Amino acid sequence: MGEATRIRATAKDGQTEVKMLMQHEMETGQRKDAAGNKIPAWIITDVKVLHEGRTVLEAQFGTAVSKNPYLVFRFMGGAQGEKISVLWTDNRDDKRMDEAVID
Amino acid sequence: MERRKALKTGGSLGLLGVLAVLGLVPGSAWAGVGRAALEAGNLNDAFDALGVSLPENSELIKLTVPDVAENGAVVPVTVESTLAHIEQISILVDKNINVLAANFIIPKGGAGFIMTRIKIGQTATVVALVKADGKFYRASKEVQVTQGGCSA
Repeated sequence: MGEATRIRATAKDGQTEVKMLMQHEMETGQRKDAAGNKIPAWIITDVKVLHEGRTVLEAQFGTAVSKNPYLVFRFMGGAQGEKISVLWTDNRDDKRMDEAVID
Repeated sequence: MERRKALKTGGSLGLLGVLAVLGLVPGSAWAGVGRAALEAGNLNDAFDALGVSLPENSELIKLTVPDVAENGAVVPVTVESTLAHIEQISILVDKNINVLAANFIIPKGGAGFIMTRIKIGQTATVVALVKADGKFYRASKEVQVTQGGCSA
């Protein structure tokens, strides 16, 4: 199980902006180690963000998303104190769910 | 042993249950656009896999990337669009081994704003592809990369 995703959600002018920093190596599968062996790909493949249980964003990552993925997006609505959940799964079927409340 | 594994990967059976309900269970990965799009080796194949032939340029998409990226491993990309009824935003890099960097599915009530950080292997054109009201639009911009981000 990976480390916790850091989440910051702010409601303003009828929209909520969600910033998140996921902790993951995001190894592309294109690099080689010192012995010349290919380092296997290890990436987050799917992300889902929920607002009070309703999906507000779904993402599919390829190999080109940077290490420790940073993602910011906005959705209409949302109010202070309401819950944001961030879920991810990687290509080793590791999973993570973290939650935060909207500021 | 099995139990220990379950505890280690899921944290608790409760969490696993929640994840299962939400569809984030093994086997559901790559749903949405499918592996083909995420493994496409050139723009045309990626567009094909995403279900678009030649998306038209739109001034209603604002793609912000640096002109020059000193470190190709961490290149900030912002896609902002005022198109109505945005359903999907994709970020592609034409010279990367896998050209589709990320794909975002935006449910009703979403706003046209995505910011993330991607790897760019060499000087390349970044393409923001936006699906709105069933139609695809794009905006492109070149990024000069002084130190590649994929094999470095």
